[in-house]
Amino acid sequence: MTESVILEKLATLWPEIIMISGACICMVVGLSPKQAVRRSVVWITGLALAVAGLLLVAPHFGWWAGETSGGAAGLATAMFVRLSVILLGLLLWLTSWGVPDLLPATQVAEAAAAQGRPFNPSMVCRGEYFAFFLFSLTGAMLCASANDLVWLFLALELTSLPTYIMVATGRNHMAAQEAGLKYFFLGALSVAIFLYGFSLVYGATGTTVIVSTQLQPVSIAGYVAGLQGEFPPLLATGLLLSLVGLAFKIAAFPMHFYVADVYQGAATPVTALLAFVPKMAGFVSIMLLLSVIGWPLPVPVMWVLWIMAAVTMTVGNVLGLLQNNVKRVLAYSSIAHSGYLLVGIVAGPTTSAGTLGQGLAAVLFYIVVYGLATIGAFSVLGCLRVNGEEAQTYDEISGLSRRYPGLALLMLISILSLIGLPPLAGFVGKVYLFGSAISGSFIGLMVVAAINTAVSAVYYLRIIGACYFGESRIKIELVATRAGRLSAGLAAIAVLVLGFRGGWLVEATREATRSVSVVDVDTQPQVAAPDHLSSE
Amino acid sequence: MNWLLDLMLVLLLAMPLLSGVVLVLLPDLTKSMVRVFSLLATLATFVLSLIGACFFDWSNPAALSFVKSVEWVGAFGLQFGFGVNAISMWLVLLTTFLMPLVVLGSFSAIQDRVKEFFLWLLILESAMLGVFVATDIVFFHICFEFTLIPLYFLIGIYGSAQRLKAARVFFLYTFTGSMLTFSGLLYVAWRCDWVFSIATLYELAPQRLSEIEQAWVMGAMLAGFAVKVPLFPLHTWLPLAHTEAPTAGSVILAGVLLKLGTYALLQLAIPIAPIAADQFAPIIGLLAVVGILYAALICWVQKDIKKLIAYSSVSHLGFCVLGMFAFNAEGMAGSVMYMINHGLSTGALFLCVGMIYERFHTRQMSQMQGLAQIMPVWSFFMVFFCLASVGLPGLNGFVGEFLTLLGAFRAKYVLGPPYAVMAGFGLIFAAIYILFMVGKVVFGPLKVPRVENGHCLSCDLNLREIVTLTPLAAGCLWLGLQPSFILDTLTEPLEKIVEHLPQRTAVAHYTVDYPRIEVRMHMPMAQATKHAGL
Repeated sequence: MTESVILEKLATLWPEIIMISGACICMVVGLSPKQAVRRSVVWITGLALAVAGLLLVAPHFGWWAGETSGGAAGLATAMFVRLSVILLGLLLWLTSWGVPDLLPATQVAEAAAAQGRPFNPSMVCRGEYFAFFLFSLTGAMLCASANDLVWLFLALELTSLPTYIMVATGRNHMAAQEAGLKYFFLGALSVAIFLYGFSLVYGATGTTVIVSTQLQPVSIAGYVAGLQGEFPPLLATGLLLSLVGLAFKIAAFPMHFYVADVYQGAATPVTALLAFVPKMAGFVSIMLLLSVIGWPLPVPVMWVLWIMAAVTMTVGNVLGLLQNNVKRVLAYSSIAHSGYLLVGIVAGPTTSAGTLGQGLAAVLFYIVVYGLATIGAFSVLGCLRVNGEEAQTYDEISGLSRRYPGLALLMLISILSLIGLPPLAGFVGKVYLFGSAISGSFIGLMVVAAINTAVSAVYYLRIIGACYFGESRIKIELVATRAGRLSAGLAAIAVLVLGFRGGWLVEATREATRSVSVVDVDTQPQVAAPDHLSSE
Repeated sequence: MNWLLDLMLVLLLAMPLLSGVVLVLLPDLTKSMVRVFSLLATLATFVLSLIGACFFDWSNPAALSFVKSVEWVGAFGLQFGFGVNAISMWLVLLTTFLMPLVVLGSFSAIQDRVKEFFLWLLILESAMLGVFVATDIVFFHICFEFTLIPLYFLIGIYGSAQRLKAARVFFLYTFTGSMLTFSGLLYVAWRCDWVFSIATLYELAPQRLSEIEQAWVMGAMLAGFAVKVPLFPLHTWLPLAHTEAPTAGSVILAGVLLKLGTYALLQLAIPIAPIAADQFAPIIGLLAVVGILYAALICWVQKDIKKLIAYSSVSHLGFCVLGMFAFNAEGMAGSVMYMINHGLSTGALFLCVGMIYERFHTRQMSQMQGLAQIMPVWSFFMVFFCLASVGLPGLNGFVGEFLTLLGAFRAKYVLGPPYAVMAGFGLIFAAIYILFMVGKVVFGPLKVPRVENGHCLSCDLNLREIVTLTPLAAGCLWLGLQPSFILDTLTEPLEKIVEHLPQRTAVAHYTVDYPRIEVRMHMPMAQATKHAGL
């Protein structure tokens, strides 16, 4: 690759560059001996997110003549993913507002500084927290612009690596340390698996470029198109291994084992981040990889994903029934929702009449809606403390509506949307997903999803029941953070609005995935397999 | 006036909901102000529905009146479609008529979290009305599902001892069923190129769906609707929910919510999958008959009055389903009549039991006897509604029971005399268990349970309670004497529903055989002659 190509590519990544710069500034500023300066990292983070968001949409409104990055998934998909990561990132930012200040290590260091002793920067993790937060979001955004397996790998790792640290950072709980360690090791395992998968794909195709409009350089999509439906085992193995590895990011079977422990061990706002950002990155990557073989998926891949989807949602929902800890329940619900999302991936873009038959668009819609609802629920939990610890069990949030009716209402809206009850956004998302499944004639899978939705209602109702019917035996306290409540409120409003007026988002997701379906339907026949590969 | 007619149904739906919002926003209301406000809101909704009934096009009862659609998710072709035909109009009226009485009936029963209670009631009214006015299957499904949430809270917060279990079981049972129904509905919509309008599906679905597909779709719809009705093996949620719910919840459950199931069977399941409906009719009829007899026998051994009435609902709704699947004019019209009648009389019975519970804090039959001596007014109403419920000629229950049995008896291919005869035994059982209960509680030597705080030991119904029950009694009497008022309007919409049934079932010449019954019921001569001319 020549220098100018790299510069051209970089010029399309201004929002990401801004966010990385913001993260670096946070790291340095967080160590400042002056308290006011230290505390400003929150604002720097918000500013970086806001500026990145503005830069992203600026070319669209003609404010700035910059370019935006397309990548293999196409310009519109990348735009959609990057924008939704930034917008939901702002909500997550609000949720994490006071988190580093509440960590025991920070409080010790700040107390020492307040008494006039020298400030010990090694104790405080405020700067690191927000820096890693920005790094992780940037990784998810970069996934969407990837057009190269190496790029994709680096972007996925940029999403995950910071979260390993955020899980354990500054917390002296054994549970948090265990969660961090477990997350890291299993994450490393998954990386090894999908990296191996990527290398097999490279071995089979001789290239790491995913899609290319020219014949040179060769691309994986071009190679696959030249195969006329025959798959060399090397390529198929590579793709399947990549999928299994990516299952870790989206918390799907068979890589779901870490989820409950990690979600429980992490601070609640970090859990909210884990529930959305890696999932978004993982699903975009899966869409990218599968777009090279195109929909309808070839039989073995289709069945692997079919079984993965069915088992994932069933495992998530059934194990969710057994939990007493709300964070663990939401963790299993996160697994279950990955299962529903995989339904959309299996169906893919179909040729059915009407909008409903667009599996990938449904995935994008659903993941945003799921992100909103789950961030709302975790934000409410993050506001509550029992004896100075996070409120986690059903007993601890019991009777919430009597003490804090507003928070209970926000919890109610989020949970109802997660159940998929009309007229909230979750319902529109379910219609979209189920509609795509029917259009692709995956009736069996849709019925499995419908039954699972009913099963999931059991544990969601226990949360609502605890909030509204329970008697508060334990004293719940509210942490003095308005930002957390604001975040939960905004998420709830968004869920309501998208439920009643979700048409524009549906259109946006359809626009966003149009190029994906074009990649595999229209350009495939025109790209021939390169000679030197077919002769090998 | 035109804008009012244009927006009639939207307003009807918005009225309780907006009142609920106002109720939440108004600060510092006393408990009685909240109650009066809710009463006024529900009354206003009732008046609005009466205006709607006045302007409804009764000359063309099968057509949709007040049609209006509001765009929802345009990209999917989803919209909020509003419209009523005669059947839905009557059920809308039943709902709006019952709600003020329910509110009035819960004035003294609810003392804690009053505002929340009436808020949920108002939301519930909107959702129920939505089911009846929806002309779009997804909108229909939304309202159908959404009724669960308010009732879940009404049972869970205000119910009696086992309320949590009851609320959970009720929600999960119904939700599971309706998820399957929703899958079926989506499948139908897909086969018709993603059309969601019910009227269009009436035409397209029977053509597009093969026999096998129709059977599956019917099965999916039964999964949701039969739970709601409830049909025999799926009824187990009902006694628990009914018994544990507060009085208002029970009245609404029996009065309107169960009808959502039968209404959906009638308006969606039968016309969309007509061949399957025809094939399934014997099985469904059998389940209905088993339900009638089985639930009646269970009623016989109940010790709790409320539970007895709850099980009697299962038995009664069996008649409703039996008549519907006879596919003839008598049976189907009788089935619709049964929906309305059951709403009035069973709703009233639950109110009566609620009044007893408020006074004595028990519903055990063994603990009370001879209440007629100290509560003559209550006893009058109790006996009156019991008689209406068992189908005393001249009261409303009789019309529905008679017509559904007649329909089942006369059905040539699907059901037949055996079904009607078996179901007829249900009538005898009903008379036994209801009169047994009345004899035990109302008559005989006086026995009153010990009440700890001693209030109301001897007091009869107060004015508010009499005002609550009187309209229901009047309704029972009126519909018993003048059923033709409703029956006449049902013929055309029902014809439209059976239009696509296989020919052998749907009688080509769809005559209505009411006159004879009505003459027997002392119809005014003018009307009787008019019908004789049909």
